Amino acid sequence: MLLVLGLGCLRVNRKRIEIRVEQENHHHGHDVGERLYLHRHSLVHSLPSHLKIIAAIAFILIVVSTPITQWGAFIAYFLWLLMVVFIAKIPFPLLFKRALIEIPFIFFAILMPFFGTGEKIQVGPFDLYREGLIAGSGIVAKGTLGVMTAIILSTSTTAREILRGLERLRLPVLMVQIASFMLRYVNVVNDEMERMKVARESRGFEATGVKHWKVLATAAGALFIRSYERGERVHLSMLSRGYEGVLPHEEQIEHKATVWLKAMMYPIVAATIFIAQLLIGKM
Amino acid sequence: MHIPDGFIDVQTSAIFAGLAAAGVATALKGARTQLDEKTAPLAGLTAVFIFAVQMLNFPVAAGTSGHLLGGALAAVLVGPWAATLALAVVLIMQGFLFADGGLTAIGLNVFNMGVIGVWAGYGIFLVLRKILPKNKSSISLAAAIGGLLSVPAAAVGFTIQYAMGATATFSVSTVLGAMVGTHVLIGIGEAFITGLTVSAVLASRSDLVYGWKNNVQKLEIRSAN
Repeated sequence: MLLVLGLGCLRVNRKRIEIRVEQENHHHGHDVGERLYLHRHSLVHSLPSHLKIIAAIAFILIVVSTPITQWGAFIAYFLWLLMVVFIAKIPFPLLFKRALIEIPFIFFAILMPFFGTGEKIQVGPFDLYREGLIAGSGIVAKGTLGVMTAIILSTSTTAREILRGLERLRLPVLMVQIASFMLRYVNVVNDEMERMKVARESRGFEATGVKHWKVLATAAGALFIRSYERGERVHLSMLSRGYEGVLPHEEQIEHKATVWLKAMMYPIVAATIFIAQLLIGKM
Repeated sequence: MHIPDGFIDVQTSAIFAGLAAAGVATALKGARTQLDEKTAPLAGLTAVFIFAVQMLNFPVAAGTSGHLLGGALAAVLVGPWAATLALAVVLIMQGFLFADGGLTAIGLNVFNMGVIGVWAGYGIFLVLRKILPKNKSSISLAAAIGGLLSVPAAAVGFTIQYAMGATATFSVSTVLGAMVGTHVLIGIGEAFITGLTVSAVLASRSDLVYGWKNNVQKLEIRSAN
């Protein structure tokens, strides 16, 4: 039953966090991607985005493959991650605030030691299941490292750069284009939705319960029509400017081995920690 | 519903990344034959719409509220191909920009919501459209039921992944029960919002609704006496 409640809260909490992130970083005239990006001059910021994406994914894969019982390795991963955050000049409070997005799954993990089977151990006032405790802390540790890695990436790279990186990593062209349309218009459509909200509220509307869903759904329908019509207008104006199904490319620069090495330091150090824990585990 | 890194093991994540990629590749092919060079702007704006509408709060009671997931809604409005592409892009962007859903779990999430969510919802919609009388209100009803079942279907997808490679200790049957149970409840909300939204679009621009397009009624000519 508790599990049901925990997952029931999931949507509610995610919502609150998103809104909080939005309010705190709200600058007028910037799109969603730029709002997440934090402009600094650092080594991490200067690296090419496709290398950063590879590095981030490689780091997470190494972390995920480490057994949680090697807790020393996880402390080392965290320290290394925090050092990279420091090198990237990302303020720690920002890092932790954005990491709150993870909360719904932490609920899941926290419940695990209480409902399980097998051996029990005493931790403070609680009787906990050993296996559940290990698995739960594994989910929290690995999830947090993953979330924080993604935060380093999105804070040190603009949304447009991430997209260009994904394109270099062979994400299908059409997907890249869909994503770039999304980035370009997400702010316009959000503003449209905001205006509709202001209009509703200035007519005295306040959504308090299920009985107001029809009004909100009508607004969603109107939002769809406006988005679709905007899509059509954009498409026509693109055609009249000579669009033939692909956007023109700019030339791609090849990066030197040193740039590669710098970018790959992130997973390389993690791999070293991984190998060290294997060796220590054997002894 | 957004699975984080480390929740499902690497092998299972890789398998589902492959399946999700196959689903997206099929959708790319389908969208190309159907929409041609219109695909990018329309699927792009659909992605924006889904992203925005997920921020629209629907109050439930006592200060809690939920939001739309949008798989079935997008499929009924713009067709399943464009819907899969739009949801995949939304999920990839949420992972990379908001850290919502792990980077190594994008395949899992795209498979559940972009492939299963969209196609389960759309499949049910198609079946119901065939059975129900051919009018606008049955299109809304079919979309609503598609929305209702698309959410637990995605939850079943999650449970399969959980059974294959979970790092957690809850038994699979417990997870299946809890996930499907809660997601049927969430699905009821999804059903109402999907149905109401589709009927709102049908009322003003029925020509935009993909699921209605082949259903245009013939002009009826009556004598004036």
